[in-house]
Amino acid sequence: MKKTGSTYSAGVKDYRHTYWEPDYPVKDSDLLACFKITPQEGVPREEAAAAVAAESSTGTWTTVWTDLLTDLEHYKGRAYRIEDVPGDPSCFYAFIAYPIDLFEEGSVVNVLTSLAGNVFGFKAIRALRLEDVRFPLAYVITCGGPPHGIAVERDIMNKYGRPLLGCTIKPKLGLSAKNYGRAVYECLRGGLDFTKDDENVNSQPFMRWRQRFDFVAEAVKKAEAETGERKGHYLNVTAPTPEDMYQRAEYAKSLAMPIIMHDFLTGGFCAHTGLANWCRNNGVLLHVHRALHAVLDRDRHHGIHFRVLAKCLRLSGGDHLHSGTVVGKLEGDREATLGWIDLMREKFIPENRARGIFFDQDFGFMPGLFPVASGGIHVWHIPALVAIFGDDSVMQFGGGTLGHPWGNAAGACANRVALEACVEARNQGRQVEKEGKEILVAAAKTSPELKAAMETWKEIKFEFDTVDKLDVAHA
Amino acid sequence: MGEMRDYKSRLSDPASRKFGTFSYLPAMTPERIRKQVEYIVARGWTPALEHTEPEHLMDDYWYMWKLPLFGETDVNRVLAEADACHKANPNNHVRLVGYDKLKQTQGAAMVVFRGKTI
Repeated sequence: MKKTGSTYSAGVKDYRHTYWEPDYPVKDSDLLACFKITPQEGVPREEAAAAVAAESSTGTWTTVWTDLLTDLEHYKGRAYRIEDVPGDPSCFYAFIAYPIDLFEEGSVVNVLTSLAGNVFGFKAIRALRLEDVRFPLAYVITCGGPPHGIAVERDIMNKYGRPLLGCTIKPKLGLSAKNYGRAVYECLRGGLDFTKDDENVNSQPFMRWRQRFDFVAEAVKKAEAETGERKGHYLNVTAPTPEDMYQRAEYAKSLAMPIIMHDFLTGGFCAHTGLANWCRNNGVLLHVHRALHAVLDRDRHHGIHFRVLAKCLRLSGGDHLHSGTVVGKLEGDREATLGWIDLMREKFIPENRARGIFFDQDFGFMPGLFPVASGGIHVWHIPALVAIFGDDSVMQFGGGTLGHPWGNAAGACANRVALEACVEARNQGRQVEKEGKEILVAAAKTSPELKAAMETWKEIKFEFDTVDKLDVAHA
Repeated sequence: MGEMRDYKSRLSDPASRKFGTFSYLPAMTPERIRKQVEYIVARGWTPALEHTEPEHLMDDYWYMWKLPLFGETDVNRVLAEADACHKANPNNHVRLVGYDKLKQTQGAAMVVFRGKTI
């Protein structure tokens, strides 16, 4: 086995002498990462992989005498495997193992600061993408995780045996608090389970957060009394400072609102993890939006894959997370989406390259969270969404509820009827995706609201190709 | 598309109350109930029945009808219990539940007989 030198000699060494160990036996307690590396011309793969391992763990560009005061052999990250990227010779996959004690317990912040820190600006590589991370179970259990999780949320909201339904209130900016609450009330009385603040809705001059919370609370309570069902509105507590964030969360709780929301990437993991802990301690559900994610995850050669962000969020804490829809207006490859919704919901997710999962991931007893399918969906998408996402999901409409010709309540009712018809048909053993049209047409016979919705949106489709595709060899 | 319609739902009208999954579809028929029981049994879930006076439908706990039918895979026996619960409580909502013990939740829950809402 190679050892770091026991005598000090100053200068610059090739990284691979220290950080490339193809015979390294991976430990169960190691944190593993898969990077897609696009090296600069002339840099050998092993050297580039070792450089990434070094720069994301103990290394710096030159030898320093204090290296000899510690057990670098233990603390260093090691590149232990290199693989071709199918269909793309410009880059390769590097697998790196890090000892667990390189990271503070329960700190997604610390993990990302190492793995996605300075190394991403490193000159020897042209581009770098963090494709996947295997968090060892020993690390997972140091994290708080979802404040409640799927099963507890179902009990709190008293909703079983079907996906949940939500709607994001539009126009996203500019409504007064009272008019906004009206839009919420109409959606909820029509049959949705949740409505949602748009992510940009924080506390602007046209609608300050306190008035929004007050009017929304009345809308939620009245819709509950009217329908006999539990309702919620994701009150966005994303704020300029943690103090403001907690103030808003406390006020939502004082209004007995069941759920609040936060943007985990723009808000930051430090604030987010704190809020998730607050939600767990206060019995308030936490909906998580992912503004900024496409900046990080859309480029195929550089950034952080969404599956890593999803794992980080599950560890940091959230009861819902936006996942993409596959079928709506936003980006999302079907197999890749199935991969990361498994990462949100399941206890153990085995390696599955066909879905872009590079490692087995064991979440132990940590609860799963609801993936939220949001963005450009309407009643005609519901059969496919039921087939793709199953029951443990939230279908989040916007225009697909609010754009109904008879208004929000009718739009909500159309969504609910379509969903229930598809779930019932699925339970009967029918192929809902294939038979979607017949199922909806039959349901519309007793629902004029659904019939009108189907006529309004019949022609709308989103068929642009996906930019961030899984890496597969071209035939 | 037809003429614009008012959405008929009122605090003052008990018929506006809903009661969970499938309550936005027409009331269940015997044939539709049978298929849902088949689904619950096929998933390995435990069928169970519970009921309540419609005015208390928002409660977490409805009256349990006997005990959940642990290990019961005979669809007719489940349907017979549902009927018996309904006949004994003709004015109540009767809910069919499928307990999923692995996920520690209800995999299915639906009102199969609707109570009197007036």
